[in-house]
Amino acid sequence: MKKLPISQLNDLFSAISRLETLYLPTDAGFVPYSPETAMTRRVNTGRSPKDLFFPQVETLMGFRTRGQSIELLDRREETKPFVIFGVRACDCRSFDILDSVFLAPPEDTFYKNRRQAGVIVTLACNRPEETCFCSSFAIDPAEPAGDVSAWQTENTLYLRANTEKGEKLLAQLSLLQDADPEQIVPLQEQIRQSVMRLPIQELPLEQFGAAHMMERFSSEKWDELSQSCLGCGSCTYVCPTCQCYDIKEFTANGEIQRYRCWDSCMYSDFTQMSAGQPRPTQKERFRQRFLHKLCYHPANHGGEFSCVGCGRCLQKCPIHMNIVKVIRTLGEEDA
Amino acid sequence: MQVTTDFKPTIVAFCCNWCSYAGADLSGTNRLQYPANVKIIRIPCSCRMNPTFLLRAFQRGADGVILCGCHPGDCHYTTGNYYARRRMTQLFSLLDFLGIERERTRVEWVSAAEGAKFAQVMNDFVATVTRLGRNRRLEDLRCRK
Amino acid sequence: MQEMIRNKALELLKTGKADRVLAWRRGAFCYDVTPALFTDPEQLQKELVFDLFCAPNLSKSLIAESKKPGKTAVFLKSCDSYSLAQLCKEHRVDREKVYAVGVECHGTCDGESLRAAGITAPLRARAEGETLVVDTLYGEKTVSKQDALLERCRCCKSSRLVDCDEILGRQGEEHDSTRFDEVRRLQAMTARERYDFWQTELSRCIRCNACRNVCPACSCEKCVFDNPASGVENKGAANSFEEQLFHIIRAFHVAGRCTDCGECSRVCPQHIPLHLLNRKLILDANDLYGDYQAGADPDSRPPMMAFSPDDPEPDVIYGRTQP
Repeated sequence: MKKLPISQLNDLFSAISRLETLYLPTDAGFVPYSPETAMTRRVNTGRSPKDLFFPQVETLMGFRTRGQSIELLDRREETKPFVIFGVRACDCRSFDILDSVFLAPPEDTFYKNRRQAGVIVTLACNRPEETCFCSSFAIDPAEPAGDVSAWQTENTLYLRANTEKGEKLLAQLSLLQDADPEQIVPLQEQIRQSVMRLPIQELPLEQFGAAHMMERFSSEKWDELSQSCLGCGSCTYVCPTCQCYDIKEFTANGEIQRYRCWDSCMYSDFTQMSAGQPRPTQKERFRQRFLHKLCYHPANHGGEFSCVGCGRCLQKCPIHMNIVKVIRTLGEEDA
Repeated sequence: MQVTTDFKPTIVAFCCNWCSYAGADLSGTNRLQYPANVKIIRIPCSCRMNPTFLLRAFQRGADGVILCGCHPGDCHYTTGNYYARRRMTQLFSLLDFLGIERERTRVEWVSAAEGAKFAQVMNDFVATVTRLGRNRRLEDLRCRK
Repeated sequence: MQEMIRNKALELLKTGKADRVLAWRRGAFCYDVTPALFTDPEQLQKELVFDLFCAPNLSKSLIAESKKPGKTAVFLKSCDSYSLAQLCKEHRVDREKVYAVGVECHGTCDGESLRAAGITAPLRARAEGETLVVDTLYGEKTVSKQDALLERCRCCKSSRLVDCDEILGRQGEEHDSTRFDEVRRLQAMTARERYDFWQTELSRCIRCNACRNVCPACSCEKCVFDNPASGVENKGAANSFEEQLFHIIRAFHVAGRCTDCGECSRVCPQHIPLHLLNRKLILDANDLYGDYQAGADPDSRPPMMAFSPDDPEPDVIYGRTQP
């Protein structure tokens, strides 16, 4: 374990940014470090760190037609190594969920390249917010995963490498001093105490998962739950685990550029086909989003829910309809 | 001081079928000169001008966009150009509010008989946009040549 | 007020004046308020809420509700009543099928405005005069109500309730509002500064479409941005041009119809001050074509659907901002 006085935090950041691009958490999202960067004082950033591995828009390839033939153009950009500082335990778990989708065969090489290039430095949550419910998914904000884990006490930042990538990063930072791992124990205790006092506890998650798919699907509560949904994509786009995208093309200067961009199952043209729309109303779209997280993803990925309890959707939904209300309403049907 | 530049702006001129489009013809038959980098698009009335036309023109490489219609009071459809005038005023003002150079957009009233005015308007607009340089603030980088 | 609203709603259901009631339902936290339809008096008695966190504007839901058989009763704050009046003017809502109850409003806040005022982890809140006492996870905090209010309420344009069948509490009036101050401040900047300002703001956009979907004036059945045939459809903001395009067109399509209810800025997860674009259009229309407030009355002609032979030429804008 290493440590650093908080007063030298900026020196640490500038030392890392001299090695690689460093991203810091701001209110809006993770942005490249500059001495003026104002780190967020909230637990979570507006946009999740998934952007750095799965950007909202990225060009996949290009085409150019010449007479009868089509030329394929490689439009990939080189992925340079980077470091993200201040990832929370929940967001860090979201990378495991994204991995299970993007790194399952056939591998998504765009995502894989960024995953290999990125070093994740997590930060324990000293003061969880009222919308946090990561503990429902067995995530411990006092012991965040990642390549390096960090804890911030009043005067000191403690850092511990968990992986080879993390060790390599810490070894390059000469301003760190050795520390006793025991020193973070009181902080961890305090964090775990705070987590026990959080208002969102004991979600009836045992009512979800692959085994309960059909019961939950046929619930009569969906009408009421989805009634006020605006059909916007804010929950999807702030969610660290939502991973749906659309592939589109743009033509300019005789070249066709094929790109992908985030898509949301809440939108009316998601799953639109020439044969029609299998989810004609907002009720079906709304149900899709929540059952994907709570039943379909567990069914396909060894029982793991694709929600990490970061609470972004609880804060950002314009009408405050969210996964916690869905879990409680549907989970109580059988209980 | 003489500023020399090789920059030739791309200008898109949306012209009403009933007046300025004919005005452009007249300026041609009268052998009046205006720069070849003015691309004319014919529309049935100045009020057919949709704000997305203008933005799309900028996206696809225009450095200036001009709308030409019948003089107020002379609209072929009686009142179309009055509506167009309000709409373009509000649109140009909004673009200006977003910091887009306001000299890049213009509305001019040119009748079918005003071939000379058409050439003079285009020459003047091209000169203005040439001074401004390339459109960078409303540019789509994917379209950059 | 909440008691009055509950009683009124129960009475409307019981007397058959309405078949359902559109109002707000309380969730787990003070700011956790969801628009909801009530038909069951018992549920209504338990769950209907009205307090300063009832920020969502319910008017747009009436487009769908008024297509159902029977009558819908709705509770409207002043802003919401302007929106409903505008929707009726545009024949989007069948006024005959709505029973509108206006409620006296003294401003609204939401979770994000509380957090912006420095309150973290809010659980419950109560107003004590001009102070808001908030129970948080980390103890009780106080904040002045003025600071916690949403931007739109801090510069409230009017608390008049328009076109309501009935009013609970007192009828309000129009105010001398400071709502155009920020627009004027931007107008006084140079074009370059304005450009940089908007690039910074719009670059945060995630194209979630919340601003569009919540907007009572955005009532098209199919939006140009969802229609591949429109030529401007796109999902991700691929670059700064697409961001500008979306927000210019969004604002322009509601020009003359926007009542300035402020929902677009309230719901923006990235806190982009979208209301400034709408207010710029309103300010221009007021100055150039005469004062007009969308939704204020059923008869007047909106500025974009009218003209005068004496209207100024488009170059009038040269005198309105810094170059």
